Amino acid sequence: MEYILSFVLLMIGLYCVTTKKNIVKIIIGLNIMEYAINLFLILIGYRQGGIAPIRTPDMSLAYFLRYSVDPLPQALVVTSIVIGFGVLALSVSMAIRIYERYGTFDINEIKRLKG
Amino acid sequence: MEFIVVLLVFMVIGALIAAETRDLLSAVIAVGAVGFIVSLAFLFLKAPDIAITQVVVEVLTLVVLVRATLRNDITTVEGMRGKIGLAFSLVVIVLITLAAYPFFKELTSFGAPLLSQGKSVSGFFLKEGLRRTGAANVTTSILLDFRMYDTIGEATILFASLLGALAILRRPSHKKRGAKDKEERIK
Repeated sequence: MEYILSFVLLMIGLYCVTTKKNIVKIIIGLNIMEYAINLFLILIGYRQGGIAPIRTPDMSLAYFLRYSVDPLPQALVVTSIVIGFGVLALSVSMAIRIYERYGTFDINEIKRLKG
Repeated sequence: MEFIVVLLVFMVIGALIAAETRDLLSAVIAVGAVGFIVSLAFLFLKAPDIAITQVVVEVLTLVVLVRATLRNDITTVEGMRGKIGLAFSLVVIVLITLAAYPFFKELTSFGAPLLSQGKSVSGFFLKEGLRRTGAANVTTSILLDFRMYDTIGEATILFASLLGALAILRRPSHKKRGAKDKEERIK
């Protein structure tokens, strides 16, 4: 159920990217897809009734191993979130530049104006 | 119903609003709401480090996106691509769903990760993380010790993309522009 809902989120992002004409909407769609994929990776690593992978002094190793959630997807998703922000900043700066040059966000009009 | 399912349903609703609303600023605000719900979901999925990172990145994302929409005159969207484009994208979505269906059957059920079946490398990290790196937080010990090269690559990508953004947004200096004007006047 949880996996299917995050897949639905991914598909909404894809729909937004492929059908909208506005550049900002396309960037928003990319952002939604990124959320969906990050969330999916964390959902895979979740353990029912689990604890965060932080070991306090009063925890024995057996208890920690028995209940901790998967730490590897978490470490990779931190990287992925930051890279997603880099992509967003670059694409938004391109969109701002395109707007200054052509005065529109509409990709069809941009195509008509040049090239 | 479980709480995480409620959060996911809210996310889907927010994403639909962001995709379908005509006002660009409302779309940006809706996507910001989705991002904050994502960070709340991370908190409930026992991933506090990611929740913090997501909040920080989300605030920056909202600022950047609002900058893209706010100062411009056109704030509403009209129309979509033609009928053919819409039909094509729906076909692509259906095809991807069909292609993804076998993988859903392969997935372990929610709440029982590969880690609990002893098939994952994460068990090693959990067991040895504190002893080898001295970090009680296993996520941090993976991020900054076992997989340090990934983190260096991430920092490189972030730096390169911000440099690229600066290079795109930089205006040509006034002196140069003045010189060009003068040349044109002479001609």
